[in-house]
Parts: sequence; structure tokens; C-alpha cells
Amino acid sequence: MTAPKPTLDTVENAAATPDEEQPFASLGLKPDEYQRIKDILGRRPTAAELAMYSVMWSEHCSYKSSKIHLSKFGAKTTDEMKKHLLVGIGENAGVVEIGDGWAVTFKVESHNHPSFVEPYQGAATGVGGIVRDIISMGARPVAVMDQLRFGDVEHPDTARVVHGVVSGVGGYGNSLGLPNIGGELVFDASYQGNPLVNALCLGVLRHEDIHLANASGVGNKVVLFGARTGGDGIGGASILASETFEDGVPAKRPSVQVGDPFMEKVLIECCLELYAAEVVEGIQDLGAAGISCATSELASNGDGGMHVWLDDVLLRDPTLNAGEILMSESQERMMAVVTPAKLEQFLAITKKWDVETAVIGEVNDSGRLTIDHHGQRIVDVDPRTVAHEGPVYDRPYARPAWQDGLNADTTVAAGLARPATGDELRAAALAVLGSPNHSSKAWVTNQYDRFVQGNTALAQPDDSGVVRVDESTNLGVALSTDANGRYAKLDPRTGAQLALAEAYRNVATTGARPLAITDCLNFGSPEDPDSMWQLVEAIEGLADGCFELGTPVTGGNVSLYNGTGEPGQIDSSIHPTPVVGVLGVIDDVTRATASGWRTEGQTIFLLGTTRAELDGSAWADVVHRHLGGVPPRLDLAAEKALADVLVNASRDELVDAAHDLSEGGLVQALLESCLRYGVGARVSIAGLVERDGVTEFEALFSESVARAVVSVPRGEEQRLVDACVARGVPLLKLGETGAVVGDEPALVVDGLFEVPLAEAREVFEGALPAIFG
Amino acid sequence: MAAATGARIGVVTFPGTLDDRDAARAVRLAGAEAVALWHADDDLQGVDAVVLPGGFSYGDYLRAGAIARFAPMMDKIVDAAHGGLPVLGICNGFQLLTESHLLPGSMIKNNHLHFICREQVLTVENASTVWTNEYAAGERITIPLKNQDGQYVADERTLDELEGEGRVAFRYEGVNPNGSRRGIAGITNARGNVVGLMPHPEHAVEAGFGPDSEHGAKAGTDGLRFFTSVIASLVHA
Repeated sequence: MTAPKPTLDTVENAAATPDEEQPFASLGLKPDEYQRIKDILGRRPTAAELAMYSVMWSEHCSYKSSKIHLSKFGAKTTDEMKKHLLVGIGENAGVVEIGDGWAVTFKVESHNHPSFVEPYQGAATGVGGIVRDIISMGARPVAVMDQLRFGDVEHPDTARVVHGVVSGVGGYGNSLGLPNIGGELVFDASYQGNPLVNALCLGVLRHEDIHLANASGVGNKVVLFGARTGGDGIGGASILASETFEDGVPAKRPSVQVGDPFMEKVLIECCLELYAAEVVEGIQDLGAAGISCATSELASNGDGGMHVWLDDVLLRDPTLNAGEILMSESQERMMAVVTPAKLEQFLAITKKWDVETAVIGEVNDSGRLTIDHHGQRIVDVDPRTVAHEGPVYDRPYARPAWQDGLNADTTVAAGLARPATGDELRAAALAVLGSPNHSSKAWVTNQYDRFVQGNTALAQPDDSGVVRVDESTNLGVALSTDANGRYAKLDPRTGAQLALAEAYRNVATTGARPLAITDCLNFGSPEDPDSMWQLVEAIEGLADGCFELGTPVTGGNVSLYNGTGEPGQIDSSIHPTPVVGVLGVIDDVTRATASGWRTEGQTIFLLGTTRAELDGSAWADVVHRHLGGVPPRLDLAAEKALADVLVNASRDELVDAAHDLSEGGLVQALLESCLRYGVGARVSIAGLVERDGVTEFEALFSESVARAVVSVPRGEEQRLVDACVARGVPLLKLGETGAVVGDEPALVVDGLFEVPLAEAREVFEGALPAIFG
Repeated sequence: MAAATGARIGVVTFPGTLDDRDAARAVRLAGAEAVALWHADDDLQGVDAVVLPGGFSYGDYLRAGAIARFAPMMDKIVDAAHGGLPVLGICNGFQLLTESHLLPGSMIKNNHLHFICREQVLTVENASTVWTNEYAAGERITIPLKNQDGQYVADERTLDELEGEGRVAFRYEGVNPNGSRRGIAGITNARGNVVGLMPHPEHAVEAGFGPDSEHGAKAGTDGLRFFTSVIASLVHA
């Protein structure tokens, strides 16, 4: 087969044919955006330039609808908060220093739309993409987490997406040798047709190893290495990630990328060897928008210009035209800037790893990005106009018309029947424990390798993943991500802050000091004022929350157009889902507090205050399928005080186990703490009912914030009491670990009910396998 | 740095190997020097034993271990193994040993078709190989299992031979996690110097980072004796 002779739309030709019709609309550009490109260039764009602008100005790559609001993160970050920040927002990922010359880099990113179309490859390449972001900072990837949201378990299409996504995350991550240390799993009808697949990667590096994406130094070579460029993912960035599906699913299938984790694993080791040999001046991974993005961003971040010979790109499919080569999102590719003196050494290392490499361009001082194909100039642009000066929109936004009605529909106003007797409370507790969203996630996490690399100190089902960074000192980090879309639907501002608060609390329960934030903002269409309002509220809330907690946002991702309904309706879009990841530092990971009791006879304390807060709760969802009212009240001052107690209690070894209270409330936390290691507990909630003025039902099921249960070794109780008193954290003795009913360990709630752990375990662990096999 | 015992144990890295650094750590914790061996080299560097670690060499393309078996380093290892060099194949390394015909049988996809990662209890059936002499026959140990293609298969005659000659080194305890024939988790050659198994002893060598076991959460170190066993047999040899 011979390639058809390409018909080239050169710069010269474009200038000579100003009126030629171009398919800008089908590439996702609006008429005014197309006009703006013509104004910038002083002529119509060539086909190749149009391809570049269209992908780089897509919502996914340009953040055009969120940019003006995202700047609030920077505005709310003080110098004090930046103290530990080595690299902030804007690079491939933020870098945080953690002591002893070590730094970590971490980021969460979405791959939502591709994962609906092609669940396995969508999820797999989502992992691949975020891992390359971390490599391109100069770090060794050391762990991944995945935040997954699917439609209703009852819906016939849900299993297709679940099986594909879970095997995709596992198939790719397991093959890279990265432990999966946690994540989220949520089922809700709002994600039907719009699953959320977010992936987080954590990397470790020494301060001096930081690499950045810029092309500087006239005469330096631009090197493309890794997999060959093929026809997969073309238009993916501009079409898939930025518009809803209006046509049938199969028509878009070719736009989803296909991953090769083996190539990526080789690329990781190859890059680390290149860094160690100090032969890389600048580096950028190829993700959305492929070579368009890498060349324009490298050139735009540098101090000169860049010229590229497109014929030198190694192709998997020789029939690709220039626009397709520029837009291709073939996976497992990297672009480096290398000095001529070090090129030979660079090539020797890529050859050792059998990684195909091509010098495709050169840094110059033209201030332009120019690209030649078949000896003719097909691109001549100012790289900043492609990469950084795309359109910015201040989209209209307004509180949705349905919001007040939703907030007024509280669990009380709706008259939801509440359990009162011991039997009723027991039944409700087991209903929540066995529901898809609150049951054991082992069906998923057992398909992921959590042991590889030998540094995992905690992983799911503990509150945070904890990994060792330094083998000689056991210095390490804890990571947790959270988002409750139901809370965010009721109040996006508070919902985002509650996600932050829960992730912060989860990190602190392990004994790690929270240090920095990443986020993945999953929302509906920015062209729908309702969704736009949710986004703005969430960003502002998160920025305020981060300011109050003193933890800066270091980077993240925005995913919009997650909705399939007509704008303006209460169910137009997914629940707004601001996934917040908190990273903390712990000086000795072997001391990290697990989230279940291991020893009988320890004292169980409840930390924090319980209010009557059932709106948006797991109970309202599982038992009544109800969503309405207002989410739990935020109290970041209480979160800080609680975190302070938990971190110090871990350091002073005052607590043996700690588990935060969140969805499902106290009873869910107690059951999970019992089930973790099969050790029962006897508790009484009479004191709580009296002290906090709540009913027994509210004491057990309320989802008030800033609370945790801890188990304390005998003799350490007074020191914990003193620590709580000193910081104003309310503390109440609930009971002790180790209850047995008959011969079996059990959770006994005095005067109300008892649950043998064997029964609870069957409910807890049997739920997902019963649905998904 | 010379290790206390003076033993030098090679750990081979293929493209796609994942657990090489873990295996090297296990070797060091056991008291030997870990020597990195590169698949494309053909010099064993005088090592006293070799570990073929887990992973997805060459992406498991074609069949797990089927491409890696043709690496120059494997030629040297196969020759040396016939001469008595202790060789341990873990997971992908076990698959590689069967592909290289140092051990009989083969691994196919788990019977439930999922990747599985769990704390696995094994029974040590043969405690007289160079890699198991510090265990007691019949002892139960807990080490992580994590794989996609872990179902051990062989024809009935081969299985009968393995059983008859005491060459089943490890058997899964409790539920068979992948459908392996006769619950076989690992086997040895007749001489006892080549051992392969699917579970990962190198992930159970350090308290705080091992599997949950009867010793406590993350406290499992039952895998360490694979490495102290071979060191002991080298020292006594």
C-alpha cells in the first residue's frame, strides 16, 4: 500500500485563498473563535494550524470557561501557604517539599467522556496520562488512586462501564508497577451516561530533580520519543472532552485512545535514566492535543521559538496528514529538549530501553513556532497564541431556579420515616452497610496491586493511602481524596468545602500533617448558567477553605460538559463533583494509624460534636432515595483542632486506631472499625444523646463534620483527654473494644441492638460481588 | 557494599519487570548483596543465585514470559541452573521458568478472569529446596498474591509426577484463588535449586509494609526466609 500524495495547505496557500471554507465548526470552534484565529494570523489558518488551534482552544486544554474563576485559587494563596511549594499551579503538576531534601508531586485528572465511550481504554489511558504528567516533573511515580463514579447499579448499562473501567484502571496501573492505594467508588443515577473516571498519581523526587516544560537555548534539539504516532485519539481533545454526545456512540469510538502500559513502564524507567544522566533540558508529556500541545507549550514556556520537521515524526500509520499528526493523541509519547552536546548520550539511553526516538525540531530565536511538512511551511504561529492566549469566557451564571425548592425539601419537611426502636435502628444500619456506596470496595481494590514497590504502609480500606518515601528514615506521605456529589448538589460552595474537610480529616486520622491540595472539578455544561453557577460556587468555596486551612492548591483539572439533559432542569447534569485530594506528611509511616481496632480492651472515644444533620445523608439516600435540604454545617476551625489532636496523638502513640465519621455517621464508622480486623466493640450512646441533645437515631446516623472515633490503649486515656481539652475538641467515652456475643465478636450498642461481625461482614463484603460477580 | 554474609544474589530486569527493586530489597534485608542483572547482557557477574522477579516482561505479549525467555541473560541462567545455580522465579519469573523448560507446566488466566491481589495463605510442602530450607514442612505462611495469569496447569501425568517426587513446593490454603490444578502455588525441580511460585515472598519481608497476617496489620514477614534459606545453603555449601 502506498500513501496517497498529501495535498498540502501551506501558509502561502492560506494567504492566497482567504475565502476557502474550513471545517472549524466540526472541530469544535465557534464562529467568533475562528474569526479570532484569522485576526491573530492576519489570514485564514492553514488546515494544520486550524487543527492546532481547535484542540488547544478546546475547553479541555484551554480552561476557557473556568480560567477566570480558577485564578481565585492563586489569589487566596498566601506566602505562608506557599512555604512548602516548589512548583505551583500551571505546570504539569505541583511539587511540594516534605523535608530531608525530598519532594513529592501529585495531581488528579479526569478521563470521563472517553470512559463512557470505551470504558477499558478510557480508564487505562486516564491512568497513563496522569502518570506521564508526574514523570515529566522529573519524579518517579510511586502510587495511584482512582475516583470512580458510575450510574445506578440497577441500570442495565452500569455493569458494562464498571467492568470496563475497573479492569482498565487495573490493567494499566498493575502493569506499571504502581501500587493503587485508595480512591472512591460511588453509584448514583446522576452519573448515568456520564461516568466520572478521575485518576491521581503521586511521584517522588529530590529537590534538584525537578524538570519543567520549557524549550530554551537556541540550537537545542526537540526530541520525540516513545510510541509511534498513530491515528488514535484524533480530535479527542476537541470533540470528546468538550461536547456532549449528540450522535450515536460508535461514531465517536475512533476518537478514544488505546493504551500500551508496557510501553509506558519502559518509558518511566527510560526517563528516569535520562534525568539521572542529566541529558534533559526541558520535557513535556504528550496528552490531549498531542504534538500540537507539546510543541506550542514548550515553545511558549521557553524564551525563543521552535521549528519542527513533521516528516521526521515516526508514524504507525503513514497515511496520516499533517493535521492528524499534530492532533493525534497516541499514548506513551514524550517530548524533550536536549543540547546538541548531549544528544548522543540521550539516544544511547533510549536505545538501551528500545524506545524509538526521533529528533523532530530545533529551538531557535524566531519567537515563532514553525512547522514544515514535505519541505513546505504549513504552520507559522506565535506559540503563545496557541498555548496560553486562547479565548477566555466569563460565562453567565445564576443560582438555579430549582435550588430553593431542593433546599426546602429537607428530610423533616419530606416527612421521612425515622427508625426509633433498636430493631429499626439495626435494620437501617445494615441497610446502609450493605448498600453499593457504603459497602466494602474490596471487589474493586482486590483487582489492583497494592503491594508493589514495597512502600505501602496503608491502603484502602484505611482512611488514607500512606506510602514511604525514604527507606532510611521512614519519612512518607498520606493521601486521601473525597467528594460528596449529593452535598454539592444541595450547596456547591459548602459541598466543595466539605470534600476538602473530609479529605483533610482522613489524612489527619492516619497521623499525617495535611500540607497541600489537588482537585478535579467535574461539572456540567459551562453554557448552562445552572452548572456554571455550581462551578463558580465550588471554586470560591474551595479557595476559601484552602485559605482557612492553610493548605494551597497545587494543581488539578476541570472537566465540564458532564451532562446529557436539556439545560435548566434539576437533572440536566451530574451532581457537581469537586474531587479534592489532600496530601499530608508523616515522619514515620510505620506509625500511621489504621482505621480499625486491632486489640481488645481498649477505650473507644468519640471526638467532635454531633448535630441533627441528616439531609443528603447516606441514610436518606439508601432508605428513602431522598435528596433535599442542606448539607452538614461546615466547621473548618473544628477540623483544624481535630486534626491537631489526631496528628499529635499519633506521634505520641496515644491512639491505636482512628476512623473519621462521614457518610453513614457514627454507626457506619463503628461497624467499619470492627470489621477492619474482626475485633468487636461495646458502646453506649446514652451520653452522646444527652450531651449533644440529639435522638438515638441522630446520634447514630447524623453526618456532622469534624468527628472521629479512636481506640486508646489502657493507661493513655487521660493524656488523650488532656490533648482534646487543650485544643477545645469535645471528647466522649463511648465504650471499649472487644465485645463478644455468644462466641462471636460483635458490635453491641447498649440497650439498642447488637450485630455479630460475621453477619455484618456478609452484608458489607457481599454487596458488590452480588451485583457485579 | 559487601553484605554481611558475603553472598551475592542477582536480580534480573527485563523491559516490563516490576518487582525488581522489591526483590533487591528482600535480598539486602536477608543479608546478601543484590546484583542488578540486565536482560540484554550475557554476564552473570559471578552471582551465587538469581531471582527472576515479577512483572509483565514485554507486556505479557504473546504469552507471559514467552518473549523474555529468549533474552541473552536467560541463556546464561538456564545453563547455570542445570549446573546447580539456585534460581527463584516469582510470578512472571515463574512463568519464565516454565517457558524456559526449567520447570514443567504453564500458567493460564485466572479462572475468574480478574486480576487478583490478596493476602494469601500457603502451605510449605517441600522444605528441603535451597529456597525453602528455613521453613518447616507443613508450615503455613502468608504472603501477597497478585496476578492475572496465575492458574497453574499441567497434564495429569506431570501433576502426578510432581506430587510423587515431592516437587510441589507450595499449595494454596483455603479457597483456591485462581483455579490452579491441585491447588499448586509453586514447584521445584528435582534437584531443588530451581523454584517457581506465583505469590510474592519479596512483598513480605518488612514489618509495616507486608501483608496483614496473624502477627498483625501489615506485619507479615513470612517471605524473608526464601532469601535467608538460599543464603544459608550457599554458606554451608
